[in-house]
Amino acid sequence: MSKFIKIDGVEVPFEEGQTIMDAALAADIYIPHLCHRPGLSPHGSCKLCTVDVNGRAVSSCTMPASEGMEIENDTPALKKVRKTITQMLFVEGNHLCPSCEKTGDCTLQAVAYHLDMLDGHFPQFYPRREVDASHSSLVIDRDRCIMCELCVRASREIDGKDVFAISGRGTGRHLIVNSPTGKLGDSDIELDDLAAHICPVGAILIKDHGYEVPIGRRTFDLHSVAETDLEEVILKKSAHHDEGEERDPNEGGVYGV
Amino acid sequence: MTMNTQPPEHLLHVMHAHQEEHRFISDQAVNSIAEKLKLPRAQVEAVREFYAFFHSKPRGTYDLLFSNCTSCGSPSLMRQLCELLHVTADKTRSDGAVSIGETSCIGMCDHGASLLVNGRPLHSLDGSRIEAIAKLIEAATPVEQWPAEWFEINNHIHRSDLLLKESFTPGAALHAVEAGGADAALEKIRFSDLRGRGGAGFSTAQKWQFCREAAGDTRYVICNADEGEPGTFKDRVLLTSYADAVFEGMALCGRIIGARQGYIYLRAEYRYLLDRLENRLAERREAGLLGEKILGIEGFDFDIEIVVGAGAYICGEESALIESLEEKPGNPRIRPPFPVTHGYMGKPTVVNNVETLAAAAAIVLHGERWFRGAGTWQSRGTKILSVSGDCARPGIYEYPFGVSINDILKDCGAVQVQAVQVGGPSGRLVDPSHFDHHIAFEDLATGGSLMIFHHSRNLLEVIRNFTCFFTHESCGFCTPCRVGTALLKNGMDKVASGHGTAHDLDELKATAALVSRRSHCGLGMTAPNPIRDGLKYFPELFEARLLHQEMEPEFNLDASLEEARQLTHRDDAEAHL
Repeated sequence: MSKFIKIDGVEVPFEEGQTIMDAALAADIYIPHLCHRPGLSPHGSCKLCTVDVNGRAVSSCTMPASEGMEIENDTPALKKVRKTITQMLFVEGNHLCPSCEKTGDCTLQAVAYHLDMLDGHFPQFYPRREVDASHSSLVIDRDRCIMCELCVRASREIDGKDVFAISGRGTGRHLIVNSPTGKLGDSDIELDDLAAHICPVGAILIKDHGYEVPIGRRTFDLHSVAETDLEEVILKKSAHHDEGEERDPNEGGVYGV
Repeated sequence: MTMNTQPPEHLLHVMHAHQEEHRFISDQAVNSIAEKLKLPRAQVEAVREFYAFFHSKPRGTYDLLFSNCTSCGSPSLMRQLCELLHVTADKTRSDGAVSIGETSCIGMCDHGASLLVNGRPLHSLDGSRIEAIAKLIEAATPVEQWPAEWFEINNHIHRSDLLLKESFTPGAALHAVEAGGADAALEKIRFSDLRGRGGAGFSTAQKWQFCREAAGDTRYVICNADEGEPGTFKDRVLLTSYADAVFEGMALCGRIIGARQGYIYLRAEYRYLLDRLENRLAERREAGLLGEKILGIEGFDFDIEIVVGAGAYICGEESALIESLEEKPGNPRIRPPFPVTHGYMGKPTVVNNVETLAAAAAIVLHGERWFRGAGTWQSRGTKILSVSGDCARPGIYEYPFGVSINDILKDCGAVQVQAVQVGGPSGRLVDPSHFDHHIAFEDLATGGSLMIFHHSRNLLEVIRNFTCFFTHESCGFCTPCRVGTALLKNGMDKVASGHGTAHDLDELKATAALVSRRSHCGLGMTAPNPIRDGLKYFPELFEARLLHQEMEPEFNLDASLEEARQLTHRDDAEAHL
């Protein structure tokens, strides 16, 4: 017999060992999140997936589901909390969406749209952060890093490497590279690694592949971040999912004729 | 040559030793340490960057860190020394001789203004001692040759009760355990109603029971001696004069839960206690009270190792402490699972406060009735308080739970008190209308700090100090705490500098509430307490500093031109907006 939790009054089945997030995603219920990705160990750092369980605040990506939980998720109050947390992430870094290569493909930006975030609200921190362009095909622009550690976990758990780590504390927290020089170019990361593609913002970018999919046709230009089956789509960065479909080689077009 | 069977040295200790010699840990040193200990380079770098006492740039031969605690700090004395020695704070002097900076509370709150010189606490600072220090540094006198009395640290116990009154005979509690059996010892602790003395107040017997029942063949006992809450120094006193009770508390916990190894996680500020504690442990091994076959009993094996931290308040949080013990930065873990089932090295682990362990040993020795007789029905026994701030007799006071703030103020000689901070910055700011309240888990819970503020104190500045403390000590793992504490600090700076508006107070309130409710661990959940209590009980302090207009921008254009004015040597009216 299945066990159930209640999310916004709706009964949602879960299996032993599932988190609230797991159960919600399986039931097609979107709980906003940035540091969570199915298949990687949960982290619970961004706090965007905060929900109220029987009146107590918990992170849905790390909290195991258990019978009798009454969970508030999609409420005006929580939307406001999540908007504020997203604004915090925006002012902490240097996020210049209009000129960012990741625009339209950026989960932070998409979440902000989803939460109706129209401004940063808080004063900008304008941190000075280092860029690492030492790698032949990847670049780290730490200005946009949101410390979600998806790359850290992807490298360790999926790629079987240990390329990234987070160093420092407080607002001094920053992404570092596990190589003798601390430079990405001297690490063993490869272009095929999940860690090279998993960044939800524009902090880890693929070189020489800018603007291949024009703005207006990118992931979140066509989809809402709240579509719970998007994970597959989001990870296929180098080729836009709409391009995956077979094309007729003789298909005409402006340049094709 | 003999085979080296010793486990590799603890990363924190290797890094400390390196820094002692070289005054900093260079990038190259990070590489060689990583290689030597077979750890990822990034882990060593992350550890260096996480802990306040590790430095990536060279410090002076004399490395002075002034406490910035409201009880044992003095910004003006720091400025005085900077001027005398021609040093800019946080910048090593060009000749490499001296560096001066700030550090969070060093637990010398009963000894007046204090600093750490090359890691050693030096207290009772005043203007003339600062001058003397400056002379000794300029004369290149080694710290070992500085007047010995400057480094003498007394206990200042002004009131003792159950725990501090008794002198503890080494081995007495262990004999008592063996006389009645481990199960009976656990029952004694259960019936005593002992609750953890770190502040949260979880039932000690229940914690031990959970750990004992958790699946796994290896278990650990950890003594949390990372006493970092500003204004707290009771563990310092317990570890100085009552160490045997603490050690026996650990050993009997080990006996009860089935652990063979214990760790004391000692805060770096108390490193000066290390030799004494190690000697004491060696003597206990010699006496058969530690090691294999304790008291000659087959199967009673338990030993204690001391690991010294490196300057991070967050490591007082039990899961962050465990991370630190595992040679990593002290980030708090996801809970559940809790340390009782998944603690050190993923094994069931009991983490207890120093005072809790000492109390457990005393309970096993004297019986649960002896303990239950004191305190309130929800808070049995006594509480050791570190009293500091504006009073005639700062020091250690042991009271039965239920004592009122008024009684404590009377005992320590505090008059014209504006406010009392109970439980340190993470606790409660209490105004005089609440001084009839009691120290107890059901009323004012406290880890042990009680800071007193006289009427003449700028309380807004105190609140700002506490807010800065949390911003500095936030590990930065979760968004609400990492960004939120920085926003709160900026907000307090704006209000304190006379640029705040009513809008800014609303912002502070809203941000404080979110940080309290949505943070990952106790640090973030309590960091906004000083602001929240301040706004609630002392709103007039904030209002007195406000500009009475709708909104004042965060960005001050005129102030931002200051650098340009300095460069052009102009400060006339035309150079201002």
